[in-house]
Amino acid sequence: MSESSYKAGVKEYREKYWTPDYVPLDTDLLACFKVTGQPEVPREEVAAAVAAESSTGTWSTVWSELLTDLEYYKGRAYRIEDVPGDPESFYAFVAYPIDLFEEGSVVNVLTSLVGNVFGFKALKHLRLEDIRFPIAYIKTCGGPPAGIQVERDRLNKYGRPMLGATIKPKLGLSAKNYGRAVYECLRGGLDMTKDDENVNSQPFMRWRDRFEFVGEAIQKAEQETGERKGHYLNVTAATPEEMYKRAEFAKEVGSPILMHDFLTGGFTANTGLANWCRENGMLLHIHRAMHAVIDRHPKHGIHFRVLAKCLRLSGGDHLHTGTVVGKLEGDRNSTLGFVDQLRESFVPEDRARGVFFDQDWGSLPGVFAVASGGIHVWHMPALVTIFGDDSMLQFGGGTQGHPWGNAAGAAANRVALEASVKARNEGREIEKESRDILTEAARTSPELAIAMETWKEIKFEFETVDKLDVG
Amino acid sequence: MQNSDIGNFETSNTLETFGFLPKMDQSEIQAQVAYILSNGWAPAIEHEHPSRSFDHYWTMWKLPFFGERDLGTVMAELEACHRSFPDHHVRLTGYDNYTQSQGSAFVVFEGRS
Repeated sequence: MSESSYKAGVKEYREKYWTPDYVPLDTDLLACFKVTGQPEVPREEVAAAVAAESSTGTWSTVWSELLTDLEYYKGRAYRIEDVPGDPESFYAFVAYPIDLFEEGSVVNVLTSLVGNVFGFKALKHLRLEDIRFPIAYIKTCGGPPAGIQVERDRLNKYGRPMLGATIKPKLGLSAKNYGRAVYECLRGGLDMTKDDENVNSQPFMRWRDRFEFVGEAIQKAEQETGERKGHYLNVTAATPEEMYKRAEFAKEVGSPILMHDFLTGGFTANTGLANWCRENGMLLHIHRAMHAVIDRHPKHGIHFRVLAKCLRLSGGDHLHTGTVVGKLEGDRNSTLGFVDQLRESFVPEDRARGVFFDQDWGSLPGVFAVASGGIHVWHMPALVTIFGDDSMLQFGGGTQGHPWGNAAGAAANRVALEASVKARNEGREIEKESRDILTEAARTSPELAIAMETWKEIKFEFETVDKLDVG
Repeated sequence: MQNSDIGNFETSNTLETFGFLPKMDQSEIQAQVAYILSNGWAPAIEHEHPSRSFDHYWTMWKLPFFGERDLGTVMAELEACHRSFPDHHVRLTGYDNYTQSQGSAFVVFEGRS
């Protein structure tokens, strides 16, 4: 029975939404925001405003609040922490009751947590750093269509990272020439190749033609090598109807895997496509165009670890994570933090890796981490060490830029990969001994010898790889 | 590089992991067996005629060697399988019961085709 009476007016948020004594429930969805408030507004008031505006609150009291039990439904700011080295900002921890969210909908979760609140005037900046999804919520999500274990079994790839490449030039090839580039990479030793993210269905190469030629390339390469092959056919399209039409045809031409851009395409399209893939026995590779717009600013937006968690719930079997040894070197710990979120069944809180909460993933399948962009054979030992076996290493220019062409470039990378894995299994420290390991392997592989010669002038990158030994 | 200097890469049947490395000698094979044992995986041997090597299922040699800690036993079984089926590929697998996957799998002996 309600004992409150209705008093119109504006109340301070903290009266209702700042609850420092609250102990979060196991079923609560928890969020950590990095908050930069306007000067002179108390931290508790700003944190409470974030909790209110991302859950049940609005700026004014309304009479209809008294028709429900807002104590049950409201979000609560329950903790505030300093941000190390940043006196202007602070971390606000908010607990949301699970019933605020529709089951199986990261769309609904994000609409609340990163909705109107990000435009709120009392804030200068706001960044969603992490979300703890309760296991009860995770069990309502489909997740990866296949997952790491099923993909390995379907493709017969064990005991090593998989090897791939994005076909170049990214735009402008005809479908038949494009299929040639795919075939050359696959016969040379890559496990899979990839459509570039902006390859959809342009005038120079319509999707149907591309799918047909690529399908033939996969089958021919499989017959000749005795290995299982694939090409991520990008079905990202203007409408869901068109996306599903392309997905059906990709299955028809015999590709084991599709590709989608989860941020530009959107989570609704992504979740639908993941469900379709699960029902049709197809794998799903996820690209992340637009992520840097959302996750790069240190004080505003959404950290990529949150987007990665949302993708694992929405569904995808591969997700791009950056390469660490390339442009994102400083982020090694942070990258390892969200790589864990993709692959493990339980990830403990670890602030040194940017992980703010324990996260129990239960039985949700794992997602392969994809390292792609600006990497070549000299990076291989470091990549194997950093990303481990459950990863997809993609060398675009590092394959197709080989002086003898794609097949030789693919073989060079495959030899370097297998030599690194073999040496690791023998107990060698492959990051430290990278030069020796690759040099030994190149004695029986002219393709690798030439690749090492071709990319050796990228001196800075090679020294960077060495530096990681102590890092 | 002049056109005449460009090498010709020929496709070959490569049989997945370690298919691009030179044939391993005895001590190299032993090192990979030791890796499987040190991870606590169950070593297992299977074999198949090269004409059917693309199949998911090869024929098992006995059962996976659950609880085996002796490297010599695994090496001897690999040899025995190879002697019994000289025309077949012989593959060594490390079954990982935690991931329900194979932590390692590679062809140790290639059959005469």
